[in-house]
Amino acid sequence: MANKKNNDPFWWTLFGAGGTISAFFIPIHVALIGIAIPLGWFAMPDYEGLVELARHPLSRIYLFALISLSLFHWAHRFRFTLYDGLQLKHLEQYIVVFCYGSAIVGTVIGLIFVLSI
Amino acid sequence: METTITLEVQRYLPEKDTEPYFQEYKVPLRKKWVVLDALNYIKDNIDGTLSYRWSCRMGVCGSCGMMVNDKPVLTCATFLEECLPGPIRVAPLSYFDVIRDLVVNTDGFMDKLKRVKPWLITDQVKPVPEGEYRQTPEQKAEYDQYSMCINCMLCYAACPVAGLEPEFVGPAAIALAQRYNYDSRDEGRKQRNEELLGEGGIYSCTLVGECSEVCPKAVDPAGAIQRYKVSGAAEWWKSVVVPWGDT
Amino acid sequence: MAKTDDINTSTNPRYQRYRPERYSPRMSIFWWVHKKPFVKFIVRELTSLFVAAYAVLLIFQVRALSQGAEAWEALVAWFSTPFSIGLHVIIFLFVVFHAITWFNLAPTAMVLRIGKKRIPGGVIITINFLMWIALSLAIATLILAR
Repeated sequence: MANKKNNDPFWWTLFGAGGTISAFFIPIHVALIGIAIPLGWFAMPDYEGLVELARHPLSRIYLFALISLSLFHWAHRFRFTLYDGLQLKHLEQYIVVFCYGSAIVGTVIGLIFVLSI
Repeated sequence: METTITLEVQRYLPEKDTEPYFQEYKVPLRKKWVVLDALNYIKDNIDGTLSYRWSCRMGVCGSCGMMVNDKPVLTCATFLEECLPGPIRVAPLSYFDVIRDLVVNTDGFMDKLKRVKPWLITDQVKPVPEGEYRQTPEQKAEYDQYSMCINCMLCYAACPVAGLEPEFVGPAAIALAQRYNYDSRDEGRKQRNEELLGEGGIYSCTLVGECSEVCPKAVDPAGAIQRYKVSGAAEWWKSVVVPWGDT
Repeated sequence: MAKTDDINTSTNPRYQRYRPERYSPRMSIFWWVHKKPFVKFIVRELTSLFVAAYAVLLIFQVRALSQGAEAWEALVAWFSTPFSIGLHVIIFLFVVFHAITWFNLAPTAMVLRIGKKRIPGGVIITINFLMWIALSLAIATLILAR
C-alpha cells in the first residue's frame, strides 16, 4: 500500500515560514499603518522617507518575503480548511490550483512592485 | 433508598435496527464506580443484550474507549461522580463504523498500525554472539513517551481529519512510527517515510490538537506528528538540493 | 438428466451468510460547531484569510510607493476612511489570534536542547512572545523614525 508521493513537504515549509513571519510582523503593520496612524495617534512619515526606507535591499527582501510567504501560508492553510471545513476533498485538483496559483500570482506581482520602488 | 444515575446508552442491533438509538438505564450511583462498572451492572442486572468491549479495567488494555458525554474516554477511568448530575450519554467511539451497540470496527486502525511498521528495523541483524543492542538512558528517553501508547483509539475518535479522511494514517499510528524512528537501535525511518510523507500521511494533519488532549497516556501524538512534519520537510529539501545524497 | 440446480433445492438452499450491516455514521458538514476546541480550530484556520488580505494590502502599499508621492497620498487618504479603519481592526483581531495560536503551538514542532536537556515548552512560548514584542517595536521604530 505504497503511498502516492506528493509535494506537501514543500508547501508545508512555505506554510510554516509564512505562518511564522506573518505572526511576528503583520500585527504591527496593521496596528500602525492601518489603525494608529489613521486615528492620529502617530504622524504618518512623509513619502520621501518611506521610499528611502523601502529601497534598502534588506527592506525589499523583507517586504517581498512578507508578501509572498503570507500568501503561501494562506494557500496551504485555506486548502485544508476547504477540505475539512467544507468537505470539498473531491475538488482537490481545482482547490490546489486555485490556492497555490493565487499565491504564485501574488508573489510575482509583489516581486514586480517591490523591485520597482 | 440508594441514589441512582441515568445512563443513556447508544444501542444498535444490526439484525433489527437501521439507525442507532439511545436507551435509558438507571444504575446505582456508587462512589468509586466508573462508567464501565455501570455498564457491567446493566449487562448483569438489567439488559444482557448490551454489547461493549472491555478487559483489564485498569487503563492498560485500551479496549473500553467510548464517547462519554461526547468526549472520547476510557470508561474504566471515568468516574460516575465526574459526570453528575447525569444523565450520562455513552456512545461508541466517533468516526468508527459501529458493529453493534458500543462495539466499533477496528480493522482500519489495525491496517494503519501495520503500515507504519511499528517494530525495530535494522539493515543487518547482528549475530547473537555479538551481544545485545545497547542503549543509554538518554537514548531511551528520546522515544519513551511515544512507547506509552495503548492503542485505545481515543485519539482517532477525537480527530476530525481521521473522521473525514479514512485514508489518513492518524495520530496513534504516527506516534508509534516516531517511537521507532527515535529509537537509536532502529534503521527503518526511510521505510516509514514511504508511508508517511505521501498522501494520507503526516501532512494531512491540520493540527487540531485534540488527539493529545484526550490521550490517557500523555503520548502527545500531535507533537509527534509536528516533529515528523519538520524532519520530513528537512529531508525533502535535502533530497532536492542534494539529489545524489543518501536520503 | 436434470441440471443440478433444478433438483434438491432444499439441500442446496439459497441463503445469505449472517453478515449484519455496520452502521457508518456520516460526518455532518457542521462538525466543527458543536465543540469549543473545534470552533477555535476553525477560527484559527480562517485567520489565514486575513493574513492573505493583508498581504494584498501590502502589495497595494508597495505599488503606491513605487508610483510616486501622489499615489501614496491617495492610499494614505483611503487608510483614514472609516471603512479602511474598520477593516484593519477586523484584520488586526484575526492576525493577533493567528500570532497567539501560532506561538502557543510552536513547542509542538520545535524540540530545542541545551546540552542534553530539553527546553520546556513554556520557555519556547515565552521566547516567541518576547521576540514578537521586540520585533514589533523594531519595525514601529524604523517606520516612525522616517
